[in-house]
Amino acid sequence: MTDLSPLDADGVQAAVDEALAAFAAATTLDELKEARIAHTGDKAPLTLANRAIKDVEPADKAAAGKAMGAARGALGKALAARTEELEAERDARVLLEETVDVTLPVQRGLKGARHPLETLQETMCDTFVAMGWEVAEGPEMEAEWFNFDALNFDPDHPAREMQDTFFIDPPESGLLLRTHTSPVQVRAALERRDALVHEGRGIYVVCPGKTFRTDELDATHTPVFHQIEGLAVDKGLTMAHLKGTLDAFARSLFGPDAVTRLRPSFFPFTEPSAEMDLRCFVCGGQDAACRTCHGTGWIEWGGCGMTHPNVLIAAGIDPFEYTAFAFGMGIERTLMFRHGVKDMRDMVEGDVHFSQQFGMEI
Amino acid sequence: MPKIPLKWLEESIDLLPGSTAEDVAAALVKVGLEEEGIEGGSVTGPLVIGRVMSLVKEPQSNGKTINYCRVDVGEHNDPAGPGHKPDNKVDYPESKGIVCGAHNFVEGDFVVVVLPGAVLPGPFPIGGRKTYGHWSDGMICSAKELGLGEDHSGIIVLKSPSGESQVFAGASVPDEALVPGADAIPLLGLDEQTIEINVTPDRGYSFSVRGVAREYAHSTGQPLRDPAKVELTSKRGSGFEVDIDDQAPIRDRVGCDRFAARILRGFDPKASSPTWMKRRLDQAGMRPISLAVDVTNYVMLELGQPLHAYDLAKVHAPIQVRRAKPGETLVTLDDVERKLSPEDILVCDSPDGRGSRVIGLGGVMGGLETEISDTTTDVLLEAAHWDPITIARTARRHKLGSEASRRYERGVDTALPPYAIERALRLMQEFGGGELDEIYTDINDVEPVRPISMDASFPGTIVGVEYRQDVVVDSLEQVGCKVEVSGSMLSVTPPTWRPDLEAPVNLVEEVARLEGYESLPSVLPVAPPGRGLTHSQKVRRSVARSLAEAGLTEVLTYPFMSEQRLDDMLVPADDIRRVQAVRLANPLSAAMPLMRTGLTSTLIDAVKTNLGRGAQDVAVYEIGRAYRADHIGEVPTSFSGSTITPDDVERLNEALPGQPRRAAGIMVGNRVPASWNHGAEAFDWTDTIAMVNLIADACGVTLQVSRDPFPGLSTMPLHPGRAATFRLSDGTPVGVAGEMHPKVCENLGLPPRTVGFEVILDDMIAESEGRIAPASPVSQQVLAKEDFAFVVPDHVAAGDLVASVKSAGGELVEDAHVFDVYTGEQIGEGKKSLAVNVVMRAADRTLGADEVLAVREAIIAAAGEEFGAVLR
Repeated sequence: MTDLSPLDADGVQAAVDEALAAFAAATTLDELKEARIAHTGDKAPLTLANRAIKDVEPADKAAAGKAMGAARGALGKALAARTEELEAERDARVLLEETVDVTLPVQRGLKGARHPLETLQETMCDTFVAMGWEVAEGPEMEAEWFNFDALNFDPDHPAREMQDTFFIDPPESGLLLRTHTSPVQVRAALERRDALVHEGRGIYVVCPGKTFRTDELDATHTPVFHQIEGLAVDKGLTMAHLKGTLDAFARSLFGPDAVTRLRPSFFPFTEPSAEMDLRCFVCGGQDAACRTCHGTGWIEWGGCGMTHPNVLIAAGIDPFEYTAFAFGMGIERTLMFRHGVKDMRDMVEGDVHFSQQFGMEI
Repeated sequence: MPKIPLKWLEESIDLLPGSTAEDVAAALVKVGLEEEGIEGGSVTGPLVIGRVMSLVKEPQSNGKTINYCRVDVGEHNDPAGPGHKPDNKVDYPESKGIVCGAHNFVEGDFVVVVLPGAVLPGPFPIGGRKTYGHWSDGMICSAKELGLGEDHSGIIVLKSPSGESQVFAGASVPDEALVPGADAIPLLGLDEQTIEINVTPDRGYSFSVRGVAREYAHSTGQPLRDPAKVELTSKRGSGFEVDIDDQAPIRDRVGCDRFAARILRGFDPKASSPTWMKRRLDQAGMRPISLAVDVTNYVMLELGQPLHAYDLAKVHAPIQVRRAKPGETLVTLDDVERKLSPEDILVCDSPDGRGSRVIGLGGVMGGLETEISDTTTDVLLEAAHWDPITIARTARRHKLGSEASRRYERGVDTALPPYAIERALRLMQEFGGGELDEIYTDINDVEPVRPISMDASFPGTIVGVEYRQDVVVDSLEQVGCKVEVSGSMLSVTPPTWRPDLEAPVNLVEEVARLEGYESLPSVLPVAPPGRGLTHSQKVRRSVARSLAEAGLTEVLTYPFMSEQRLDDMLVPADDIRRVQAVRLANPLSAAMPLMRTGLTSTLIDAVKTNLGRGAQDVAVYEIGRAYRADHIGEVPTSFSGSTITPDDVERLNEALPGQPRRAAGIMVGNRVPASWNHGAEAFDWTDTIAMVNLIADACGVTLQVSRDPFPGLSTMPLHPGRAATFRLSDGTPVGVAGEMHPKVCENLGLPPRTVGFEVILDDMIAESEGRIAPASPVSQQVLAKEDFAFVVPDHVAAGDLVASVKSAGGELVEDAHVFDVYTGEQIGEGKKSLAVNVVMRAADRTLGADEVLAVREAIIAAAGEEFGAVLR
């Protein structure tokens, strides 16, 4: 085979065609590399022809250079295009080969959760904090004075017996496990009395926390439970404000259509007193077989009323100048009907499956 | 709580037309009487009287013996001839065949039969069925099946002509009604409904048909026919002599301010109570006993006035009411000897001088000696008014809550005694004969009810509804008050049955409830801008969330603890967790009298629950209080009842047991369970320290960790070599963490290598309260790293070495930490190698080699000097 002359237009074209065909035929990057070496390497006819430009007549040099430049340009372009194609194919193949089963379990550690009674309590507090109320807390092991006397429980009145109280030994110690979070209302009022009297700053607090009564554990009772109570002391507060507050609270937990109703009742620390019912948020009172309200259309939620003047007096507040309302409800009970918890024992036994179904927020 | 038969209620008030028991309950709840239950009315027929014609005992292979009975049920009988298959091989007379498992009846007895098609309370529909080789058309009923009581031991026998069977006491069916096939529903009163009412402690008068009728009137506007309005047929005067001599009133109130008594002579002690009375007593939950006793109970249930009947022949005049003397005793009607307290108010008679013998615990229970019996012909009937406080204390002291004491401690109408006596003696006379004494005794020291002054606009200002003055007056008059109007001022005298109406605010409630709570507007009050959550509240949420996100599940355990738990945790005798434990006076369980002194001791219960249900990997935490007291019993009470000062509060708080909030966790098994792509990683002691550090981060504090124990507090239940203690920067102890002692795990049934931690959150949170963290500039310079491999004696704590490294390196050292620990032959016996990585950086320049070298040398020198550390 004789060397290809840079002036042999047909020959050059044939060599170019041959190279382009070879590039196109390469199916892998390795084959393309072989084709590249064969057609553009040092020994390749076109390379040699290019090198031979220097040997042609000076008059033909320009034509030879132009022809070879075009030929090499065509090759370079085709090579780059084919390389890009093959690289893209290779990349796609690699990604395909690296596919995993994303449905395999990926747990890195145990899953944790908050207790729903705690998160519900926080959610309830948040509603009130958003309205400007404050969250007050107090001791669980409490003085009898705060738990009963300050709340207008006469020492001999049967109302004291309504609350099955755990007393601390010795019984004359004057200490007990608080039977409600109401002592915190008195403590909070005492702390805020000066701001009320001197700055006209109304007292608006909620008191969540643990409470104790001597009930045996069963599906609907527990000796250790949680309450949230509210107290508002200000000039001109009425039962209508109590109702408005309870309606707002109900809407925050049960949606915009929630409605409450009050029924006359008795508590030593409020007068007038009321039981508070929530319109059944499951059936709206439309289903006689409703499991949440047992067909009554109403769910008993808590107690409330206008704070008894004696309670305000115990907190050093003049009941002729200020009026107050208070309310309270069980958090266990709220959790039970809001989430359909059937058995109180699930909340207290500490089985992690109970907490885990609620996660981090409620 | 009182059970009110509707038929009885209807004697005092007409129910709204077509009212069901549910409607009556709904009307009562509107004015504050909550329903506790509705009884009766839930049986639908056919439920009939039956007479047992034949009874064949048939032993069964399961050891039981059943009776195959043929029962005459009158018009419901099958015609004479072969029985229903499979009893069709025998000819029976007109009757029904019924299989019965009870054995307390014989042939000829009258019984109650429920036939196919009926529905018993449950609901429990009845049908005919094949059983024990017979066709049984229904059942012969027990009391429980009919909702007439709890007795399920046998069937109801209404009458036993042979006298062999015991007749059921809970129903009273007259002989003439015992006709086979007669509808038993009205005969047993099963069509009559009874509402049980929850009476709040302020409404003593609602412990009666009279009081409930009055409330029904308030709710519906139906007119009340007061059953206490009976004409007095006798004159007040010197009847049976009585004197009240209370030398020791309690809280300035005499124990008895009214005592009425009257005599019925020549009464027939064998007379029995009418059926309707017995049935009503049954329905109200009281057992019929004898005419005299039944009447006293009946009138008490009807009017709310407790009565006591004495056998006149056994009582020696005069009666004296006085407090008990030390050492006195009384055997009460329930045959229990009571040791009396000087606070008890007594009824005494005078066999050996005035007031020498105790014959009753006033207002609570009478004495056995003067009780009426089946030979009593002359009855002395007492109706008194006792002080609620005295009665409440006596009932509580003797653990003797009676029908009488329940009423007196809630308040009884002071005007009732002569009327209740009149009503009762007339009933006794009507059914048992005799002559009434014309003069009755009535010692009446009742103070007149004092009027309450109230502006007519006051209810409106409390309730938030503008009540017109005439509405206020009308409401108060409806509840029985006398109202005098002078301009806008009202002078309101409550009725004698409402001792709870003491102040204007009590009257407000009456107006509000009579006008109806449903008319209240809903107005949301605007609170002043608040402080938001406190630092402590925010941090506690953060701690709780951090622990949950770290894989622990929050639980809430009961704070009650046994001594055994402390034993199992190997807590020593002098440990403050024992010494300072607070004890309950009335624990739910005698085995758990203590309040927890740490969270770990009860958190163990949650771990055991989960392990018991098959879990292997358990990680739980709790945030809550534990309680410790170095002394108990100095809670001040001197301010009781009136205004309390801030100093009082402080003194009181100081007397409360310590009860800081804590956080504790226990972890068992694997932190990372084995899976398809990695092996399991078990929880170990390092996880507990990591958790405490996580909590410290959430609290914004840095803790000092060491192995130095706290004074008075052992590291139990932790492994002595694997227990860390944590202190705040000022040395305040705040927590422990580590691996449980192997023996503790064994004692408690926990897996080996269980780990746990407990910290006092309140102290950690307090440390960061109010702190405003200063920012350090972030250096843009390149850092320099130096590694050191120090060989130190075994006992040297890595933390101490690192602290020394940091301190020696000065401010150029940004961080230093141990990245490897090595022991082995090359290091030598009793020694270990700690590899420390030190990161250095200056804020303003890249460190030069000479600077790095100088720091390096200072570190090596300090480590050598303080710990004998040698570079490897």
